Amino acid sequence: MAEKHIKNYNLNFGPQHPSAHGVLRLVLELDGEVIERADPHIGLLHRGTEKLIEHKTYSQALPYFDRLDYVSPQCQEHAFVLATEKLLSIKASPRGQYIRVLFSEIGRELNHMFSVCAFAMDLGAMTPMLWACEEREKLMEFCERVSGARLHMAYFRTGGVACDLPDGLADDIAQWCEVFPMVIDDIEMLLTNNRIFKQRTIDIGGLSAEEAMDWGFSGPNLRACGVPWDLRKSQPYDVYETMDFDIPVGKTGDCYDRYLVRIAEMRESLKIIKQCLAEMPKGPVRMENHKITPPSRSDMKNSMESLIHHFKLFTEGYHVPVGETYTAVEAPKGEFGVYIVSDGTNKPYRCKIRPPGFAHLQALEFISNGYMLADVVANIGSLDIVFGEIDR
Amino acid sequence: MDQALRGLGEIITLSLPNEVTTAEQINGELCINAHRETIIKVMTFLRDDVNCQFKVLLDVCGVDYPDRDERFDIVYNLLSMTHNQRVRVKIRTHEKTPVPSVVSVFSSANWWERETWDLLGVYFSGHPDLRRILTDYGFEGHPLRKDFPLSGYVEVRYDDEKKRVVYEPVKMAQDFRNFDFMSPWEAMDAPLPGDEKAEDANDTSSEGVS
Repeated sequence: MAEKHIKNYNLNFGPQHPSAHGVLRLVLELDGEVIERADPHIGLLHRGTEKLIEHKTYSQALPYFDRLDYVSPQCQEHAFVLATEKLLSIKASPRGQYIRVLFSEIGRELNHMFSVCAFAMDLGAMTPMLWACEEREKLMEFCERVSGARLHMAYFRTGGVACDLPDGLADDIAQWCEVFPMVIDDIEMLLTNNRIFKQRTIDIGGLSAEEAMDWGFSGPNLRACGVPWDLRKSQPYDVYETMDFDIPVGKTGDCYDRYLVRIAEMRESLKIIKQCLAEMPKGPVRMENHKITPPSRSDMKNSMESLIHHFKLFTEGYHVPVGETYTAVEAPKGEFGVYIVSDGTNKPYRCKIRPPGFAHLQALEFISNGYMLADVVANIGSLDIVFGEIDR
Repeated sequence: MDQALRGLGEIITLSLPNEVTTAEQINGELCINAHRETIIKVMTFLRDDVNCQFKVLLDVCGVDYPDRDERFDIVYNLLSMTHNQRVRVKIRTHEKTPVPSVVSVFSSANWWERETWDLLGVYFSGHPDLRRILTDYGFEGHPLRKDFPLSGYVEVRYDDEKKRVVYEPVKMAQDFRNFDFMSPWEAMDAPLPGDEKAEDANDTSSEGVS
């Protein structure tokens, strides 16, 4: 019989595929149904955030951070305000720090709920997504009540937060904390022991701790490989030092472990939210240095100096001393870093954003090679990819 | 000054006398200036040495200083989970001089270097796959350079007659406005000409500043 030459099949996955989590164009080379090469084409959502920030004052640059990872905007704002505070050598007011940690953790809940359930939906489980979206709606209502915006809060400020919690919000969040564990239980009931879900995720896309570090992994994806590394514990910022919570780790680093770590982290975040609400001190939500934070509205009406401060802050902004810093926070997706170079003016000279998803997506080819086409979908879902932050 | 960081900086400068020029602390963060040609050796040392153990390369990025002869700073951010330390390695390069790629040391450098090439136009020699990554297919120029305008050069729109997206030179209804916010009272350190009250020390330090 004559020898037959079989050519590999090239498949364009996305950029409009629902399980590409946004605009990922993935060029796959398939041998039958087995992945030989996976080349992600990214940048379809590139908006030039870093270039734009170079032309904005520090306070104008803040809302751009909401629009990076739009599933958990709070943590990105947190990174940016911490970086500017470091350059200015100031610290936020105690109440401001508690509120920031509270909303960062709400952001984590928002993110994990969405990522776990979108992952489940990629694998065919529709129901968890619907349930999680209902809970996300409640959380986004809290965000709306405090900042006026459901998604892109633009709430954190250098030196604290924009405004205090409205009356009754703390009680409502506390009440939600009592109900939410039941929702996690419900989602787990549908997924954790589900035979189909386990067949699709266990031993799929696993990697060792050394490989994960080599590929620059961080956050839940790194912890799923068994590395107990969390910036909230190891390099604590704001009031995380005083919080009592555990760091869940996985064993094999496969898709199922990444899912389990996220579920466990949702329960841990809940602990932090409760502690924040219980321990939050009274006092100003921003530091009272009006060269950096605006004065109150009533002061502005009565004091000439306050009026000048207000005018200067919202036209010129504040000047940041010459220096540079790389400041990172534990965002829900991993280490979110901001590298700011300041030249002493009111605008950053260079603002480099280090999104965690960029490193994770980079390793997609490495963890998908030799697996089936359907497993690529599981891998993308379990890595928690959001294109707002990867493409910037 | 953090004692542990200073110790670490000394260890690195002493172990690599020919490769590393200085180790300094900026805002409590260790920053190492190295020579471009030997960056692979520096990175390998930082990854493997017992006192360093910087196993994670978090980020590679560039900063553009168009007035300088070697106009680009390439910055590598590293993390050691063993010692809970961070370090930043900086090298300088010209527009045309390639930087040795560190993909052989850290796999994660691959896309970060592609990004730096795409946005700043710094060439990495020995990189396995140096393509553009964030900008459009067929994009020209390197947008994060300081001499690249914020608005860019082309804009796209869908042409209904041609039934496809067309590229056109960018048209602005209003010119780009850039305000000078430097306050003459607070931020200016160069003395005004003919200011007899200005100190002599200021006078000498500001020479050559236009």
